[in-house]
Amino acid sequence: MKRVFPILAVGTAAFLGYGFYEALWVAPTDQLQGDVYRIIYYHVPSAWTAFVFFAVNFVASIVYLVRRNLKADAVAVSAAEVGLVFCSVVLVTGPIWARPVWGIWWTWDWRLTSTLVMWLIYISYLVLRRFSSSGQTPVLAAALAIFGGLDIPLVYFSIWFFRTQHPQPVVGDGGSIDPSMFQVWLINWGAFLCFGALVFWLRYRQALRLQEIEEAEALESLLEVRGA
Amino acid sequence: MSFRSGITRATLAKDIRLEWRSKDAINSMLFFALLVVVIFSFSFDPTAEDSRRIAGGLIWVAFLFAAVVALNQTWARELRNQVLDAYRVSPAPPNSLFVAKALGNFIFVGVLEGFMTPLFAVFYNLRPLGPGWELIPVALLGTWALVVNGTFFAAMSLRTRSREIMLPLLLFPISIPALLAMVRATSAILSGEESIGFWIALLVAYDVVFTMASLFLFETVFEAE
Repeated sequence: MKRVFPILAVGTAAFLGYGFYEALWVAPTDQLQGDVYRIIYYHVPSAWTAFVFFAVNFVASIVYLVRRNLKADAVAVSAAEVGLVFCSVVLVTGPIWARPVWGIWWTWDWRLTSTLVMWLIYISYLVLRRFSSSGQTPVLAAALAIFGGLDIPLVYFSIWFFRTQHPQPVVGDGGSIDPSMFQVWLINWGAFLCFGALVFWLRYRQALRLQEIEEAEALESLLEVRGA
Repeated sequence: MSFRSGITRATLAKDIRLEWRSKDAINSMLFFALLVVVIFSFSFDPTAEDSRRIAGGLIWVAFLFAAVVALNQTWARELRNQVLDAYRVSPAPPNSLFVAKALGNFIFVGVLEGFMTPLFAVFYNLRPLGPGWELIPVALLGTWALVVNGTFFAAMSLRTRSREIMLPLLLFPISIPALLAMVRATSAILSGEESIGFWIALLVAYDVVFTMASLFLFETVFEAE
């Protein structure tokens, strides 16, 4: 890791820089909104990245419960934390854009509300991890992650008909986005995914180390009891 | 996922008998819900015609907070004298225990709702403009949604530090779709403005999904060491 990590870090930084350049200078200015719209190059790729990491968390939690492999638990906690950071970026950049364009910071629209609820669910996941005693944390957290994963479709379903102010998806069939803009989007998404994966990898390694320390401490205290 | 109804029945009967003799949960829930009614009445004019729009949210918030009081007691009671450990080593299937606890909480919260709904109607001058009987399926489905997840998360928060705080932190975010459905359905019935078909369907879906999830995962959480 010591050798590969700096290389990857430099590569990711260059990729992020390239994405930044593309977003601010290369992408055409929006006809209606002007330059304000450029924040979507951070907003939308962050949202997609957050979804990817939450999905990883869900799958890793199921794998943990089935296999009882602590590595899966390390993946789950790292993915939840990185996903939550990206989800926070979405929730912060959204209002920054909305203020000049809509005139308000926040509205209880279905996309905004469901993203906020998703954010709350993963906060409660991390709070549970913090508060439970170490030996049982992985099992309890995995159970909660599965509940959260099942809840998110219901959240989306329950508020889909809220009056919406959020721009409709402009990607896919009948999308109206300019191809050059879409390309910048993808570049930024790629850069964000690389950055997220890099941080995820670091956190994963750290989680594994923490598990080792815990095991060593547990063993030590057992030996002490036996020695006494 | 084995299940024995005899154990469920015995546990449920024991819990109801305990509650009947002590009335701990129901008294604290009633008092708590009453306090919420009084405090909310300060924030807006409760007799105004508009209040029926907010009343749905208010009623369910009161029931939700009150239910947490009962839910926190369910498993904590079994910690004394290591009853829970005894359950764990006994051959009784954990799901029978879970169903008994969930049904018990369902009955307690149901009794609370039975007492509080007339009080709400009196204090807030409520009279449903839509079909009033529809409140019954909403209440049944909504209460089950709260207690099935609540019982599960209460068992989960037993293993955490400061478990009394943990339960609402886990329960509230996950319950948001169900709460939304209950609140909107109740407001719709009170104001008689829209039909509640969609909300009932959502509550049924929520109940089915999370009852299954709880039954699947309860044993894992219960035996976690």
